[in-house]
Amino acid sequence: MSKLRRKVYMAAGYNTISMGTGRKEFNPKKERAGLEYYIKEAGQGTLKQIGGAKNVDEGSIGNFMAARFNKQGHLAGFIPFIDEDLQWKPCIRTEGACASGALALMSGMKSVLAETAEVVLTVGVEVQNTMKAIYGADVLAGAGWFKNRKNGHAYFFPGQFSERAKAYYEKYGMDYTRKGMKQWFVNAIENARLCPTAQEYENTVADLGAFYEGMAPNGKTFVESLNVLDCSKVSDGASAIAILSEEGLRRCGIPLNEAVEVAGYAQVERNITNDPPDKTELTTIKKAAHLAMDMAGISINDLATVEVHDCFSIAGILSTEALGFAEPGKGAQFVAERNTARDGKIPINTTGGLIGWGHPTGGTGVHQAVTIWEQLTGKAGAAQIKISNEKPYGMTINMGGDDVTVVSVVYRRGDL
Amino acid sequence: MIYDERLLNVTVLGAAGKMGSGILLLTAVEMADLSLKPENKGKTFCLNAMDISQEGLAGLMKYLKEQVMKIAEKKSVLLRSLYKERADLIENEEIIREYVFDVMNIVRPVTTVESAYHSTLIFEAVIENLDLKKKLLTQINENNPNKPWFFSNTSSIPIHVLDEAAKLEGRILGFHFYNPPAVQRLAELITTDKNPPQMVEFAKDYAKSLKKVVVPSNDFAGFIGNGHFMRDSLHGIHEVERLSKEMPVSEAIYMINKVSQDFLIRPMGIFQLIDYVGIDVVQFIMKVMNPYLPDEDLHSDLLDKMMNLGVKGGQRSDGSQKDGFLQYEKNKPIGVFNPETKTYTKIVDFQLKCDEKLGILPDSWKPWKVINFSKDKKDQMLKSYFGELAAAKTLGADLAKKYHARSKEIGKKLVADRVAKTKEDVNTVMLTGFFHAYGPVNDFLK
Repeated sequence: MSKLRRKVYMAAGYNTISMGTGRKEFNPKKERAGLEYYIKEAGQGTLKQIGGAKNVDEGSIGNFMAARFNKQGHLAGFIPFIDEDLQWKPCIRTEGACASGALALMSGMKSVLAETAEVVLTVGVEVQNTMKAIYGADVLAGAGWFKNRKNGHAYFFPGQFSERAKAYYEKYGMDYTRKGMKQWFVNAIENARLCPTAQEYENTVADLGAFYEGMAPNGKTFVESLNVLDCSKVSDGASAIAILSEEGLRRCGIPLNEAVEVAGYAQVERNITNDPPDKTELTTIKKAAHLAMDMAGISINDLATVEVHDCFSIAGILSTEALGFAEPGKGAQFVAERNTARDGKIPINTTGGLIGWGHPTGGTGVHQAVTIWEQLTGKAGAAQIKISNEKPYGMTINMGGDDVTVVSVVYRRGDL
Repeated sequence: MIYDERLLNVTVLGAAGKMGSGILLLTAVEMADLSLKPENKGKTFCLNAMDISQEGLAGLMKYLKEQVMKIAEKKSVLLRSLYKERADLIENEEIIREYVFDVMNIVRPVTTVESAYHSTLIFEAVIENLDLKKKLLTQINENNPNKPWFFSNTSSIPIHVLDEAAKLEGRILGFHFYNPPAVQRLAELITTDKNPPQMVEFAKDYAKSLKKVVVPSNDFAGFIGNGHFMRDSLHGIHEVERLSKEMPVSEAIYMINKVSQDFLIRPMGIFQLIDYVGIDVVQFIMKVMNPYLPDEDLHSDLLDKMMNLGVKGGQRSDGSQKDGFLQYEKNKPIGVFNPETKTYTKIVDFQLKCDEKLGILPDSWKPWKVINFSKDKKDQMLKSYFGELAAAKTLGADLAKKYHARSKEIGKKLVADRVAKTKEDVNTVMLTGFFHAYGPVNDFLK
């Protein structure tokens, strides 16, 4: 599809706290809120802004592995749990590993485009602190091909991206690359400190750069080419947003300037049984991002901010190259020179991204949409960046697995 | 006999005890790791966990399973390579479970000493009773055709005394773990002239494999750790006895505990440490050591009094602290015992008064946990602090300077008496085994 046949908007975003290590209230030894609590909090957070559940035609929920993290399948059944007025309405659950959230957005957008719904409530959720990280690694490894698990690392996905980092080091130099990765981490934490729901909101480390440098990768205890600060954290959290048509906006009483319009999107899939064609490139992201920008009729020069899928700092660096902000091999330098910082050429992940805000895997895609909606409509609070009329667009990139399922969406404020 | 073969059949005597259970855990894991080496395939490794208490052994197996699980979780990266050939083990959880099974499968809980008759290595971790140790070691030695090596965990009885009592012909050395063995990195190695060199070499290899910091100690009662701790405790007790002529005993205990913790920047005050170890244990170790120290009297009437009143300190099986000199709530001191009134007085009732008497801490003071983990800044922080302490004229500063001097004197005496080979060894024991921020033999105070 080169053009959208109907206008699609998003509004009324809501994020729960991203809970896990780093938050003072997190205590792994005490009983904590379950999956349903997060779904309800996020869902109700959005419903309050759209005049209640009676205005909703349909629900979609993205989740990766509740079946293992929480021994709970059948998540669509939790949408009516948010509000009894959602009972008897069509609901769907989507799964595409860490891109599950954006697939829920896709489901909602397609319903609006198909004119079968005017308002869709979309939720993304994951509650992962139900088990120790070493067992969580088993669960998350399900985002890869199970036949590769036996020969994979104990921490499977850090292992995969450690391999990508290693390939990049070998091609362009380790010290050079790690300077970029360090700055990625610093940006993530500095941005998260401006967002009260971020997992790293309360981070008080005085010298983040020195802190990062003090932790060299150690293959004996973790993976060979990444330290733990290069990785997103284990998170519990949910996000919700409403996907609406023009009729939906009227029904919910939402003015155009408080909504974002979907200018373009793309969803691209790579064969999971194959290795990535080039470890130093995020090929699927590259394709999806450019397809989405093509549909929107824009280039990267029109983007005010981007939410990229930095499950690992190296993925952040590779994303700057996949999107075209930097030539291959120049992404580390681009980041090290603070071009992706909040006051840089292209502010990326302005509330911390996956490393700073948190990564409740199945919720991340929706969280990214909420962040862009906040930024483009001036609702980002202390994390707000300046959005100019010359560059009014925002973009999200949500990735599942090792660059296997990718959803990219381009947005601009509804009244522009 | 090579290292792996020596560890094919091992017995831990007193395996259900506080120290025995830790030694068993570490040895079981070490033996399991050896059993997983390709060259050891088909060999049966056997670790007898010997204790007379059935109840204790039941608890031990539960403890062992939980601890091995934690160890396995921490070394999952290594375990994946150890089980590389096992196609049926794919996820971390499957590999961890298999490893726990493999470790547990080595351990045989037993209540009879006969099991040790086939062992080539025997760890002795029974209570500090010379007659009991002598009986057990003699019986095993007379019935075991392998001429086994004996590693004693005694913290106070000279090794040569055990050797002669049980007629072991030099096949015993002291391998003194610190409590808890699974956590504490320090081990004191006490050898005698009669030890076969390969036994000493094995002990060092074993320690290295367990990632222990080994400090050699000569064969004198108490060795280095207790040699310092017992005398250091007695100094604290004597100071309390002196101060209590002018104030209630409980207030004196509070003040000396505070001086030894805060003013000396230690992880805990001396009376909290005595409670942690157990008043009964401290009294017992002094009693065992005393006959071997003709020029000293390692004995305390105050400890005797506490024991007679049934106040013993120590820990419950869940690790929580029992009341001793101090009363505890969630392992934090809230009261102090007064042996005269036989009651605990709440610290809040006299804290302000006592703190005023002691005077304020120097400006550059920081708590132990800050200074101890300050890496390269630690030395400078300590120099600044002790520089200010030296100039301070408060009662707290005076008591601290006196305490510090006595601690240093004890450390130097351990070297002079040739218990420790060097002052560095003394300092290592106090830094590693007692988590002090600095060794007792230092120049912070001239």
